[in-house]
Amino acid sequence: MSVLARAATTPRFEPALMRRRLSGTIFYGACLAAIGITLLAIVILLYDIFTRGLTHLDLNFLTGVPSRIPARAGVAPAFVGSLQLGILLAVIAFPLGVGAAVYLEEYTRASRLNRLLRTNIANLAGVPSIVYGIFGLALFVRALGLGYTLFAAALTLALLILPVVIISTMEAIRAVPASQREAAYALGATRWQVVRGAVLPAAAPGIMTGIILAMARAIGETAPLILIGAVTFVTYLPQPFDGGYTVLPIQVYSWAARFQPAFQEISATAIIVLLALLVLLNVLAIVVRVRLSRHLQW
Amino acid sequence: MVSDLREGIALTETTTTTSASDPRARIHLAVDRPDGHSDDHDTVVEFRGVSCYYGAFRAVRDVTLSVPRHEVTAIIGPSGSGKSTLLRAINRMNDLVPTARTEGAVVFDGLDIYAPGVDAVEVRRRVGMVFQKPNPFPKSIYENVAFGPRVNGFRGDLDELVERSLRRAALWDEVKDKLRSSALALSGGQQQRVCIARAIATEPEVVLMDEPCSALDPRATLQIEELMRELSERYTIVIVTHNMQQAARASDMTAFITMDEARAGYLVEVAPTLKMFTNPEDRLTEDYISGRFG
Repeated sequence: MSVLARAATTPRFEPALMRRRLSGTIFYGACLAAIGITLLAIVILLYDIFTRGLTHLDLNFLTGVPSRIPARAGVAPAFVGSLQLGILLAVIAFPLGVGAAVYLEEYTRASRLNRLLRTNIANLAGVPSIVYGIFGLALFVRALGLGYTLFAAALTLALLILPVVIISTMEAIRAVPASQREAAYALGATRWQVVRGAVLPAAAPGIMTGIILAMARAIGETAPLILIGAVTFVTYLPQPFDGGYTVLPIQVYSWAARFQPAFQEISATAIIVLLALLVLLNVLAIVVRVRLSRHLQW
Repeated sequence: MVSDLREGIALTETTTTTSASDPRARIHLAVDRPDGHSDDHDTVVEFRGVSCYYGAFRAVRDVTLSVPRHEVTAIIGPSGSGKSTLLRAINRMNDLVPTARTEGAVVFDGLDIYAPGVDAVEVRRRVGMVFQKPNPFPKSIYENVAFGPRVNGFRGDLDELVERSLRRAALWDEVKDKLRSSALALSGGQQQRVCIARAIATEPEVVLMDEPCSALDPRATLQIEELMRELSERYTIVIVTHNMQQAARASDMTAFITMDEARAGYLVEVAPTLKMFTNPEDRLTEDYISGRFG
């Protein structure tokens, strides 16, 4: 028998269609289960929070101050504290994060030092938040003498989100096509004019989205704030640079830790307020991205 | 090279009377001639033994070439022969590549643009560039054209300059009612003409075109080629093209470069386009333009 004839009679493909289709079905099922379990957990969590907390959600709760009597308690100091924290955070983290990212992307060449810096920044994003709290306590609260103020908390949380802001900004900058930079350079723009006039506008949607999402994360943080002096019982609106302050996650924590069921219920109500604030920030991130990127396409 | 456009205009009267021995003055002189028809055959850009390197690799080897004023000069040659590198040597765009290095002299209006003290930023305002793929900024048509004048400190009537640039790019009538809408909403051919308007808005003397039609359909290509003809009355055009018909149709001078065994591009022949395509001197040129090679 010749080689050719043998090759023709030996089956060279084993279609096994049944088995291939079956493995596809199994994988599809596994993915479906994964999303199902995730959604289920979220739904149960939200259901629990809303059934317990919704009844207390009214104007008095939003404008009131904490009280020993749960029915009279409100979240105004915590809510205002979280808002102030958010604004301070944006003011501190935005210029630092974007500046660092622009430096790393536009001003340095691919050197070993540069790679080391980038790797370290990426690693910093994974450092537990409590570590930032300890650092903030040592540096801002004590060494710099800022005390247990909202400003010290904002500085600490700014450090916490900086790696995320830097990394997302760098990615947004890297996504700007080289042709855009060349176009600007060829018109006689200096490096700074290229960055300001061509790179940053094109990267703006990605940068803004990254910052807003990082802020959302910081506003939900609790652990580092406990360490740097967020107070659990504040009955006045906070002053950013002076005196005690609290924020929503701290308020949630303090009420949830009490054993009276009534406090746990208003803790759930505070969670609803916090969630609303976070959803608002996320919607803002989406709106900003859509608006800024409407004209971006290449 | 510290002057900006404002000073350039102010110097119009004075430079014509001052001695041209100062190279800094000479560069003004050239820009300030509005139509400069006085001498159509003088040289604007002259390569003197130019070699370009990327790290250790030599991409262009010892090119000596004169680019005549107010003509269209085409650079043709096979892929990888260093055409674009040679073109980008004229506005120092190669400087943006960290490992790039240029040897020899590129003399622009009597001044070696690679001489110490010459600022690449100023060179690039006076030598405009249009790229292979239309690359308008994601901004309005107006802002695209105004970008160059703005970054270079233009102090005149910007509206007027934008209109004039768009007219010269044969685009004004199509876009005059939508100057504030995004340049990215235009067709490919229109986008490329926005890029041309943007390039001439800084009032350059030379406009470099790096395969400006390779991403366009035949009709848009023809429009750009006609435009190059018109533009060559005011500007000196240097175009790199893969398309030999384009070089034959649209250029006055043609330079053929190819690469040697070490893949370094070198100039084989430069001649008036008609002569180049009917009676080339060099066997290599003949092989290339007749399609036997490349």
